[in-house]
Amino acid sequence: MSSPETVKSLAAKLAAGEASAVELAQDYLARIRAANAALNAYVELNDEQTLTEARAADALRAEGRAGLLTGVPIAHKDIFCQTGWHARCGSKMLESFAAPYDAGLIERSRAAGLVTLGRTNMDEFAMGSTNESSYYGAVRNPWNTDHVPGGSSGGSAAAIAAGLAPAASGTDTGGSIRQPAAFCGISGIKPTYGVVSRWGMIAYASSLDQGGPMARTAEDCALLLNAFAGFDERDSTSLQRPAEDYTRALAQPLAGLRIGVPKEFFGDGMSADVRAAVEAALATFRTLGAVTVEVSLPRSGMAVPAYYVIAPAEASSNLSRFDGVRYGYRAPEYGNLDDMYAKTRAQGFGAEVKRRILIGTYVLSHGYYDAYYLQAQKVRRLIAEDYEAAFAQCDLIMGPTTPNTAYRIGQNDEDPLAMYLGDIYTTSINLAGLPGMSIPAGFGADGLPVGLQIVGRWFDEARMLGAAHQFQQATDWHLRTPEN
Amino acid sequence: MSLTDQEVRHIAKLARIELPDAELERTRSHLNSMLGLIEQLQAIDTTGVEPMAHATELVLRLREDRVTESDRRAAYQAVAPAVEDGLYLVPKVIE
Repeated sequence: MSSPETVKSLAAKLAAGEASAVELAQDYLARIRAANAALNAYVELNDEQTLTEARAADALRAEGRAGLLTGVPIAHKDIFCQTGWHARCGSKMLESFAAPYDAGLIERSRAAGLVTLGRTNMDEFAMGSTNESSYYGAVRNPWNTDHVPGGSSGGSAAAIAAGLAPAASGTDTGGSIRQPAAFCGISGIKPTYGVVSRWGMIAYASSLDQGGPMARTAEDCALLLNAFAGFDERDSTSLQRPAEDYTRALAQPLAGLRIGVPKEFFGDGMSADVRAAVEAALATFRTLGAVTVEVSLPRSGMAVPAYYVIAPAEASSNLSRFDGVRYGYRAPEYGNLDDMYAKTRAQGFGAEVKRRILIGTYVLSHGYYDAYYLQAQKVRRLIAEDYEAAFAQCDLIMGPTTPNTAYRIGQNDEDPLAMYLGDIYTTSINLAGLPGMSIPAGFGADGLPVGLQIVGRWFDEARMLGAAHQFQQATDWHLRTPEN
Repeated sequence: MSLTDQEVRHIAKLARIELPDAELERTRSHLNSMLGLIEQLQAIDTTGVEPMAHATELVLRLREDRVTESDRRAAYQAVAPAVEDGLYLVPKVIE
């Protein structure tokens, strides 16, 4: 079995002159043309735009000005504003929208010389855990096309798993990088809140949203995070910190590393095959010299309820900008201004987005604000304090990313709550603002991938990536592809 | 608690989302199941807990009082559904 291409292997090929950026781009575009119809991972391709970027990368290299990633292809989630491309965010509301500016993450991707292969499918406005809420159709899981790839960054995860991109951007509000990474058998990291700019990243829940890289390996994630991270004065929550090298701990041995295992993450809702895979992964960490200690996150069961107050509340406010006036869709027929708003939003938003706007409107409305929104914010603090207490006993926290492997397509159609509860292990990390990642840790009984979640203290991405890399030196789950 | 048809209509009005009668029952049922989920929060004792509005304790930055934006009106209005002479067109609001 040949190892799948990684960001690192492609960068080495480019540096050695074994391939040009244009050749790599053409190779990937051909693969995408052949496979995308079955997966629907990409929602927009633009060969001319891709090849223009690739030619510029080759020119830089010819001038001796190439960086480490110059010419490496990447796919971008359709949530990031990017000139030359549409930014439809999985919604009919933005079907005609092409942003007149670049998101902060896109600027950094361009500055690193990464070449855009296309724009990846996603749940509408990043609201969903299956990618089925996309106006542009569900994405299929490359491991089994009857199953979902997860969401909301499901197109990005599916593209990488299927070999249609070596890397992709994603965003994570309650698990939207980690859960699809788990379902598709790839690696992905949601950095500490504020590390990657939210400028130009279409907002869902601003106090939780965070962009980050998805790739096959932890090492690739570290290389990409080096490119994506950094202060952006246009994002009021961007953190002003000295630049750091996220690859610096990759070679660090794990002897003495204390891994906290929250007992609440191994409860009744977890399937037996996911439990077995995660426990085997923890055993591997022990053989690498780490010690595991049981920790407790007593309020973790409240993370999903708190998330479904806070995220919809922020969404109802953020998405009020879609009014049919300044950008996007406007209903073809309407009476007065109020009627134009109501019809535009009824026709432009899908069912899941409307549900979240409506519940968000309710929890913020007069008479309910204290009971729901304020109470959720208080519970949010308790959840963050639980993590703080747990991290007094350990360096990293590990457990399952999801309680089950990927859902069947259509499985949650009439029961959105079942999908919400599937995010039980991921949402608390966003509420606390902590960095979290998912790496491949085996397969379930159905042959679908299982993800191991790694959570760090604030700004401890390098340690998380190092531990993940050491695990990937000892295992080959991350090298498995649907073809081999 | 559970929402009545009238309350669901009111929420939809506040959210400026038209809700046809045919969708009312399904919407109400989904919202009520979401409410059932979030009602669990009421069981947590949060006496004396400071609400956490944000993941980081942010202090809003100040910036120098100078112009940082260039005039890109044409580019921004190019993506609007209806504009004329640099103005966004909407139905008449004032008679």
